[in-house]
Amino acid sequence: MEESKQLACNLSAYRSLFVARFVLLLQYRTAALAGIATQLFWGLIKVMVLAAFFSSSAEAQPMTLSQAVSYVWLGQALLVAVVPWSGDREIQAMIRSGAVGYDLLRPTDLYSFWLTRALAMRTAPVVLRALPLLTISLLLFPTLELNEWALAVPDSAAALIAFLLALIGAIVLSAALTMLLTVSMLWTISGEGINHLFPTLIIVFSGMIIPLPLFPDWMQPLLAVLPFSGLLDQPFCLFVGSLPPSALGQVLTHQAIWISIIILFGRWLVKRGVQRLVIQGG
Amino acid sequence: MNALQLYGRYIGVSVQAQMQYKISFGLQTLGHLGVTAIEFLGIWVLFARFGQLADWSIAEVALFYGLINMAFACADALGRGFDSFGKLVQNGDFDRLLLRPRSTVLQILGTELTLKRFGRLIQGLVIIGWSLSTLQIALTLPVLWLLSAAFVGSVALFCGIVIFQATLTFWTIESLEIMNILTYGGVETAQYPFSIYGRWFQRFFTFIVPLACVSYLPLLGVLNRASEFGVPLWVCFLSPWSGIVFLLLALRLWRIGERYYCSTGS
Repeated sequence: MEESKQLACNLSAYRSLFVARFVLLLQYRTAALAGIATQLFWGLIKVMVLAAFFSSSAEAQPMTLSQAVSYVWLGQALLVAVVPWSGDREIQAMIRSGAVGYDLLRPTDLYSFWLTRALAMRTAPVVLRALPLLTISLLLFPTLELNEWALAVPDSAAALIAFLLALIGAIVLSAALTMLLTVSMLWTISGEGINHLFPTLIIVFSGMIIPLPLFPDWMQPLLAVLPFSGLLDQPFCLFVGSLPPSALGQVLTHQAIWISIIILFGRWLVKRGVQRLVIQGG
Repeated sequence: MNALQLYGRYIGVSVQAQMQYKISFGLQTLGHLGVTAIEFLGIWVLFARFGQLADWSIAEVALFYGLINMAFACADALGRGFDSFGKLVQNGDFDRLLLRPRSTVLQILGTELTLKRFGRLIQGLVIIGWSLSTLQIALTLPVLWLLSAAFVGSVALFCGIVIFQATLTFWTIESLEIMNILTYGGVETAQYPFSIYGRWFQRFFTFIVPLACVSYLPLLGVLNRASEFGVPLWVCFLSPWSGIVFLLLALRLWRIGERYYCSTGS
């Protein structure tokens, strides 16, 4: 009885933290507006380049231009939500300055506390950036009579639901990877190296730069096994129809396996890191 | 001490400071090299899948890619001070620069020469080398002129954009991230030949921000394909100067902005 009360209390603490961070992050509206304009421009370049490539080859490709274009717009819209660009910079600054001592004193589990922050950090952009950008790419281009540049709606309601479920998995996976980057700071105080290199690998192998189905066939098995395809590629393929809605189970299993591995690894890193942590400053 | 000597002194100090952490510097340069190399992987993937881009081969696209990346790396390293200019205005530190008997442009240029950007420069150089040798383009005098004019023009253009971006902070105080469309977005755009883009897009990047003039047009001359696109050869030779004109205009605007500067007082 006592224990379940304790658990409920803990959960509500995490929920409050999530809501507080989420609301805080929604305040950065001007930054989001600039972000939307930038992503729109970037998306346009990508779409024009892909359109030029598709029109240069008559061969059948693993996905159609319209599918690739939708894939690009989803990527531009969900960029900040699903790609772990960096760790939580506030926590990293705390580790550098020594203020992390406060977090160590809290009666909550350190990893879960930080993971909750990471989840809020990845969810807020969905509301702030993704929804406006998806609306623009869905509605603006058809009015300009540029139908082939527009985001196409999924073929069926099943595809849309499968996409949304896989997107939740993608956000959790992204938050777990964010934690790895955050925690790397416990080892290297400057944190420049891994925080720079890791996101680059992620944007390539998640499909952010080029849709994964367009990669050479011999790379496909590897790309499918790596955790990064679960961030963008697999949910997006469900949306555009490169994967049938029935593949949802497979996608979610892939995500779940990697989320567990990454969280276990992250927990271990935090535990080891805290043991050898030197509180900076004084 | 004349301006050039003073700039040399500034840069000397900046280089010395960065060389205090040699290992960190080496790793960061390597990191930059790796990151930009992965970008090229994306282009390779598309060529592996589609064979060609309109009628451009990967070696030709590599020339555009290499040049714009080299130029951007240099401009980014030179203009670092302007890039972080927003902070100077926000905390009122710009007042100090105004008190010194030297031009503010020189002082801000002298803030830092970011050496780690040379990772991108090296990568661009390697890719241009590969492109020229694959296409068997002989380095005759006209080709060398076109390549160096394209390089100088692009560096000037990117510096101009960064200065323009900084100038806007005189009025807005906040630095405008949206201008990254022109810097990073410009690099992304000019990595591919402009002929693949829409009309209006080409016009914008020719007549308003002359990105096509500094990279695409002179390189058409190098690739010997200018006539295919109805571009007279003399245009290829002259167009890179527009980058320098853009830079001069940006400096002009900077001087106007400076007069409107109102210290935040903090």
